[in-house]
Amino acid sequence: MTKALDRPPVRPAGAGARHRSWQLDVRLLGLAGVLVLLCLIGLFSSPGTFLTEGNISTMLRLAAAIGVVSVGMTFVIIAGGIDLSVGSIVALASVWMTTLATQSYGPVVMVLCAVLVGMGCGLVNGLLISYGKVVPFIMTLAMMASARGLAERISGRQTQVVTETGFTDFFRGSFLGISVLVWMLALVFVVGWVVLNRTTFGRRTFAIGGNAEAARLSGINVKLHTALVYGISGLCCGIAAIMIVARTTSGASTNGLFYELDAIAAVVIGGTLLAGGRGSLIGTLIGVLIFTVLNSIFTQNNLDTDIQNIAKGAIIVAAVLLQHTARSRKGKPRPSSEPDSSNTATQPSGSKS
Amino acid sequence: MIRTNLARRGFLFSAAGIGAGAVLAGCTSNEREPQNQGQAAAAGQGSNAEPGKPVTIGFSAPAADHGWMAAVTINARSMAEQYSDVTLNATEGTNDVNQQIAQVESLINGGVDVLVILPFDGKALTQVGRQAMDQDIPVINVDRVFDTPLAYRTWIGGDNYRMGVNAGNYIAEQLKRRNVNNPVIGEVAGIDSLPLTQERSKGFRDALRRHGFRVGPRVAAEFTPESGERQTANLLQGAQTLHALWNHDDDQGVGVVAAIDASGRDDFLMVGGAGSRNMMELIKADSGPLKATVLYSPSMASSAIALARLLGQSKGLGDLAEHEIPAEVTTYSAVVTKENVDNYMDVGFDS
Repeated sequence: MTKALDRPPVRPAGAGARHRSWQLDVRLLGLAGVLVLLCLIGLFSSPGTFLTEGNISTMLRLAAAIGVVSVGMTFVIIAGGIDLSVGSIVALASVWMTTLATQSYGPVVMVLCAVLVGMGCGLVNGLLISYGKVVPFIMTLAMMASARGLAERISGRQTQVVTETGFTDFFRGSFLGISVLVWMLALVFVVGWVVLNRTTFGRRTFAIGGNAEAARLSGINVKLHTALVYGISGLCCGIAAIMIVARTTSGASTNGLFYELDAIAAVVIGGTLLAGGRGSLIGTLIGVLIFTVLNSIFTQNNLDTDIQNIAKGAIIVAAVLLQHTARSRKGKPRPSSEPDSSNTATQPSGSKS
Repeated sequence: MIRTNLARRGFLFSAAGIGAGAVLAGCTSNEREPQNQGQAAAAGQGSNAEPGKPVTIGFSAPAADHGWMAAVTINARSMAEQYSDVTLNATEGTNDVNQQIAQVESLINGGVDVLVILPFDGKALTQVGRQAMDQDIPVINVDRVFDTPLAYRTWIGGDNYRMGVNAGNYIAEQLKRRNVNNPVIGEVAGIDSLPLTQERSKGFRDALRRHGFRVGPRVAAEFTPESGERQTANLLQGAQTLHALWNHDDDQGVGVVAAIDASGRDDFLMVGGAGSRNMMELIKADSGPLKATVLYSPSMASSAIALARLLGQSKGLGDLAEHEIPAEVTTYSAVVTKENVDNYMDVGFDS
């Protein structure tokens, strides 16, 4: 594993940065092109049902929860980490809030509970990774197991149907003709984008992912920042739990199954480097939408799930290969803000401080 | 018993980590009022219901990781409690086949009279079943069948194929009664790679074909509410016309019903599968598309305990001419509708 000190320092923003952002835009345009192409395939294969208001609304509603989780995952991966526990945290937050619902607590307590449980789990991940120097892969793997186990313990492994009408009426409702869940996704996405691209916090996230040691030497509190990034991921899981409980009107310890894989897949095809230091929330969102649209096309054309899974895998590989091809065609070395490929995402940030 | 108290509420807001979380998890554990599960005593047992020779029954099942499996263990325990002459030695449920083998071996060594085993994997547990039989401890094999009849004295389980057949027949009859020609019939299956799902789907297809109908839009969920909701939401968007829908599993049915509610559709009839209590309550309320569910009831565990007791006492089934209990018992997937739902509430399980 390459030590952070062996890697070149982060290049200051300037002409290179502008060039890189143009590169990123080309990638995003390509990704958006794939999404448009899929929509056209859907339109031609199911002309009467695909591009209808109802189906678009359904697709966005189904994309909302995994979209919010993917926003948090993007933060983590840009910062050079990985979070395998997102699905389990979603499950834990959802059954915790529905358990409270069965005990006649109202919607405000339910929402607060989900957010606090999610953020709490995320912070535990972050603190143990930063200050306990546990490798992110291992720490979040442990959280993945323990959060799912705790969810099963709390729920008694039973589905808890929410009869709290205040909660379901609000979160299953719509505002200006658009589902509340979609508004929530939009809000999380916009806030996430502003934080990542327009604040010091976001710049520091990129810096830590690019070169944690250089970031530390430049005065960034890498440990605290890393902990907060995992806290953001946990917070997103809590919000996603609210969305899933609203969608299914129930909490179950099976909620959020394989979300970690879906979120990582969306983040990767969205152009975020698994090694950290570079990424795009817009790309992540397009990635989520690509998989959602794909699911809708397959369902509407009555195709088997195994073919869908093959297509999903092919899309992930194709997207990553395209990115590599685009990079190699440039015939230039990578931008210096990108770490060596030998720098794996499992290297704990700030491990030498 | 669930109670609300201000101290716990205050504690909730002060909880800020896993440690506090674990404590609160304990406080908010999902303890429920004892349900009337497992009370489905076998009818027509005649004098068999009278206390007889004491029997010690060893019980082993997989982890209760979903409603149906949880109900299996609950039913077995409840049934054993009904008999003053039965002592139940139940092991902790596990999905680790090696651990389950070890548990069964410990039951054998403990000197039980009869074993009731629902194996996590029938093939993997076959050898230990044979070991028990070789030591003259009869084995009641529940649901997931062993590789060879040499490993069990009696098998009792559900009928996945007939579940599909009965769902298909009910739907076809309802559609014919409504004079629907060329109906669009949807299917929300479980995990497609599982043989049980394939059997259910085949039964459904075969029954519909017999009536001149066929399966239209079909999706596969994962036996979870979330997957049921996601797949059904997509199915409903693709099927602007739909006359009937069969959902294989009432656990995922919670999500299926939620998706139907969200779509605002009520232009079709829905049939569930397995027989959870909340689905039965929806059938009883008759307030939406759900009109029936076909049973795959965990009450088979209750029956397994009753059979084990009779084996231990060397008795046959009361109303049959045979001197011994049968080698195989296949439970029937009855169709539960609004008309008969009250008769089946006792075998409904919490999903």
